[in-house]
Amino acid sequence: MLELNRRSFLQSLGGGLLIFWDASAQESGRRGGGERLPENVGAWLHIARDGSITGFTGKVEVGQNIRTSLTQAVADELRCDPQTVRLVMGDTSLTPWDAGTFGSRTTPTMAPVMRKMAATAREALIEEAGKVWNVDRASLTVANGSVLKAGSKKMGFGELAAKLDWVSVVGRDGLTTPATAWKTAGTSLPKVNARDLVSGRHKYASDQKLPGILFGRVLRPPSFGAKLVSADTTRASKMTGVTVIRDGDFLGVAATDEHLAGKALANIDAKWEEQPNSVGTSELFSYLVKDASDTPDATYTVSYIAHVPLEPRAGLAEWKDGKLTVWTGTQRPFGVRSEAASAFGLPEQHVRVIMPDTGSAYGGKHSGECAIEAAKLAKGAGKRVKLIWTREEEFTWAYFRPAGVIRISSSVGEDGILRSWEFHNYLSGPSGLKTPYEVPAKNEQFHRVESPLREGSYRGLASTANNFARESHMDELAAKASMDPLAFRLKNLKNERLIAVLQAAADRFEWKKCKASETRGFGLACGTEKGGYVGCCAEISLHGRQDIRIERVVTAWECGAIVNPEHLKNQVEGAVVMGLGGALFEAIDFGQGRIRNPLLSKYRVPRFSDVPKIDVVLLDRKDLPSVGAGETPIIGIAPAIANAIYSATRTRVRSLPMLPSLSV
Amino acid sequence: MQLSVNGVRRSVETDPERPLLWVLRNELDLTGAKYGCGEGQCGACTVLVGGVARRSCQTPVGSIAGQEITTIEGLADGEHLHPVQQAFIDCDAMQCGYCTPGMIVESVALLRANATPSEGEIKRKLEGNVCRCGTYSRIVAAVQKAADVMTAEARGSRRA
Repeated sequence: MLELNRRSFLQSLGGGLLIFWDASAQESGRRGGGERLPENVGAWLHIARDGSITGFTGKVEVGQNIRTSLTQAVADELRCDPQTVRLVMGDTSLTPWDAGTFGSRTTPTMAPVMRKMAATAREALIEEAGKVWNVDRASLTVANGSVLKAGSKKMGFGELAAKLDWVSVVGRDGLTTPATAWKTAGTSLPKVNARDLVSGRHKYASDQKLPGILFGRVLRPPSFGAKLVSADTTRASKMTGVTVIRDGDFLGVAATDEHLAGKALANIDAKWEEQPNSVGTSELFSYLVKDASDTPDATYTVSYIAHVPLEPRAGLAEWKDGKLTVWTGTQRPFGVRSEAASAFGLPEQHVRVIMPDTGSAYGGKHSGECAIEAAKLAKGAGKRVKLIWTREEEFTWAYFRPAGVIRISSSVGEDGILRSWEFHNYLSGPSGLKTPYEVPAKNEQFHRVESPLREGSYRGLASTANNFARESHMDELAAKASMDPLAFRLKNLKNERLIAVLQAAADRFEWKKCKASETRGFGLACGTEKGGYVGCCAEISLHGRQDIRIERVVTAWECGAIVNPEHLKNQVEGAVVMGLGGALFEAIDFGQGRIRNPLLSKYRVPRFSDVPKIDVVLLDRKDLPSVGAGETPIIGIAPAIANAIYSATRTRVRSLPMLPSLSV
Repeated sequence: MQLSVNGVRRSVETDPERPLLWVLRNELDLTGAKYGCGEGQCGACTVLVGGVARRSCQTPVGSIAGQEITTIEGLADGEHLHPVQQAFIDCDAMQCGYCTPGMIVESVALLRANATPSEGEIKRKLEGNVCRCGTYSRIVAAVQKAADVMTAEARGSRRA
C-alpha cells in the first residue's frame, strides 16, 4: 500500500477526501508536501463522494469494544451519526501499519489520531462550503453529515468531498473537541456491530469460508521439545480426500472435511524422541529462586495460567500467484505478516493478514502459529486450508501468563509510615513493579529467569502478580502496626488519583461499617498501572476451608475522561470476573514436558456461580486524557480477596491461586 | 441424511458419527454455533434439538435425524430480533460475542421451560456456558429483561 502515491491511493478509494495521520509530519511540522505516502502512518480517514465515512486503523477488535469507541471519536469530531461511520481494522493490505493491539494503547494513542483526522476533515469540509457559497466560514455549522448555513443552505459531506477530491497529511492540532463538549463520545453507544453478534452473522476467523477449502489438523508431539524420529503416513495418505503434508518436523493433514482430517491424523503412526524436562509444577517455585540471594520477610507466588480465549486460534490460508492471504485471530496482524513472510521467504507485501473481529485474546494472541500452520498446509495441499486449534492445542501450544515468585522485605515506623521497601520479582515480570506508596528507601527489581513453559503477555501483564504481593504485604504491615488497612494505606499515599479511587471504593462498600467474623471477611486493595487507577473492596463468606464465596465486590476505576460509560463498566466487571479466576483457582499443572490439565473439564474458569455482586464506581475526569481500561481493573481483586480471607481467618494466603493453599 | 434446520429441510451426506456442530458449520454454512472446547464444557456450540438445548459438539448428527434443529440464525423473525437477542444488546451482555450465540440459545430454551425464572434459576441453568470475558451479571440481567418482555407480549397477545 505504501508504495502507492497518495493521489492514486485516493483514486483507488473512488476519490473524495482522504486524511492521513503521519506521526513524523506532526513532529517536524511538515504539512502534506510531496507525493509519496508517508512511511510512518498511524491511521487514515476517508470521506467518499457518496458521503460514507470510513476510518482505517491497524488496531483490532477482540471484545474490548474499540470498534465502537473509535467510531465514537470519529463521529464526535464530524458531528455525525455514528451509524454513518465504518471502521476497517487490522487488515495489512487495507490499513496502515500498526505494532499491535496491546498495552491498553488504543484509547490513549489511536483515539486522539482518529479525532485529529476527523477534525481536520470537518474543517476542510466547512472551508470548502464557505468557498462554494462565498460566505464567511464562521457562519457555518456541521450536523448530520452536512455543512449548514443557518436557515438557508445545506450541503452533504459527500458532495463537498467530491469537490475537494483532496488528500491531506494531518499536521493540524488544536481542532479536536475537549471532553467537556463531547456529544457521541462520553455516551453509552451500544456496540456498533451488536446485531451481527447476537444473530450469529458475524464471521470470526474460525467462521471464514472460501470455495473448495480443505480442513487441516497438525500432528503434535507428546511433550515440549520432542523430536520427530519417524512417521508412517501410509494409511493416512491412502484415505480418499486426504493430503498429508510434511515439512521437517512439521506434519499435518488437509482433508475435505474436519471429521476426515481428524481420522487421518489418528492414522499417522509417529515415533518421537522426548527431551528430559526436569521442572514441573512441584519444583517450579524453588527453581525460580534458585539463584536468589535475598532473605525476604515474605514470599508470594503466582502460578502459570492460560488465557482460554473462547475462540481458539484459527487460520484460513489461501495461496495465489505465490502470494499468501490468511484470515486469523491475532492482536498483531502486521507481526503475523512478518512471521509468515519470514517462514516462507516472502517479501512482506506478498503476505496479507486479515483479522476479523475475534473471539477474545486477553494478551494471548500476539503470535501467528496457527496462521502459519494453515499456510503450510495450504501450500502443501495446493488448496485453501482452514485450521482451527482444538482447545487442547490452545491450552498446550500457545503461551501462558508466566508464573512468578515475589519476595518482599520492609519496615514501618511506629508512626505507621513506611521506612523501607525491598521488592524482588522472579520471572513473572516488571509491569506494576514500582510501589505507588511513599517510601524513603526502596529497591525494586525484576529478575529474569528462564521460563520452564512458553510465556507471554496476559491482560495487565505482571501487574496482577506485583499488585497482589504488594497489596497483600501492605495489609500485613497494617496488621503489624495495628492499623486499619484503609487508614494505613492513606497514611502512606500521596498520589491523589489513587487516593480518590481507594476512597471511592471504600465509601461505596461502606468499609467503616464492615466487621469481620470467622465466617465473613472484608478486604481492600488499590493499584495503578498504564495510567489507570483502581480501588477494590471484597466481601467473602466462608463455609469450610475450601468453600469460600465472594459475596460482593466494589471496584472504583478512573482512567481520565470516560469514552463509553456502559462499555467501561462492562470491561471493569469482566476484569473482576477474570481476575477472580486467577485469584482463586486457575492454574496450569505441568510436568514431564506436558500440560496435565489442557481441557476445560480440567482447568476451571469462572462461571455464573462464581460471580459475586459487582458494583462499579466510575470516576469521570473530563480534565484528563482518556487511557485504556481493558487491563488494569484486573489488578485489584486478588489482593482484596486475600486480605478479606485474612480478616476472617487470620490466615495469610501468599499464593495465587488461593484455594489450593487453603486446603492444606 | 435429512435434517430439518431452522424450518428448512436440508440433505447432507455424512458420517452419522460426525458431531452436529461441524455438519452445521462446514456443510450447511451455519457458523453461528461455535467451537469452544469440544467436550460439552463451554456451551458455545448450543443449539435447540426438538426445542431442547443440546451441545452440538457432543451430538452425533445421526442421532437426531428427523428432529427440528434451531440454531442462533433461526431465532430472529427476519430483521425482527428475538426478545432474548434484543435484551442481550440492551444490557450490553457481551464483549467479544463468541459465547453469545450459545448463551442466547440456552436462554431461549430456559425461558420456554420457565417463563419467569429467578436469578438463581438463570445462573443454575446457564452454569454450563462459559463467558470468558466475564459478562455473566449482564447475561443474567438480559435473560430477566427478555423474560419480562416475553411475558408482557404473551399477556398482550392473549388480550388481543
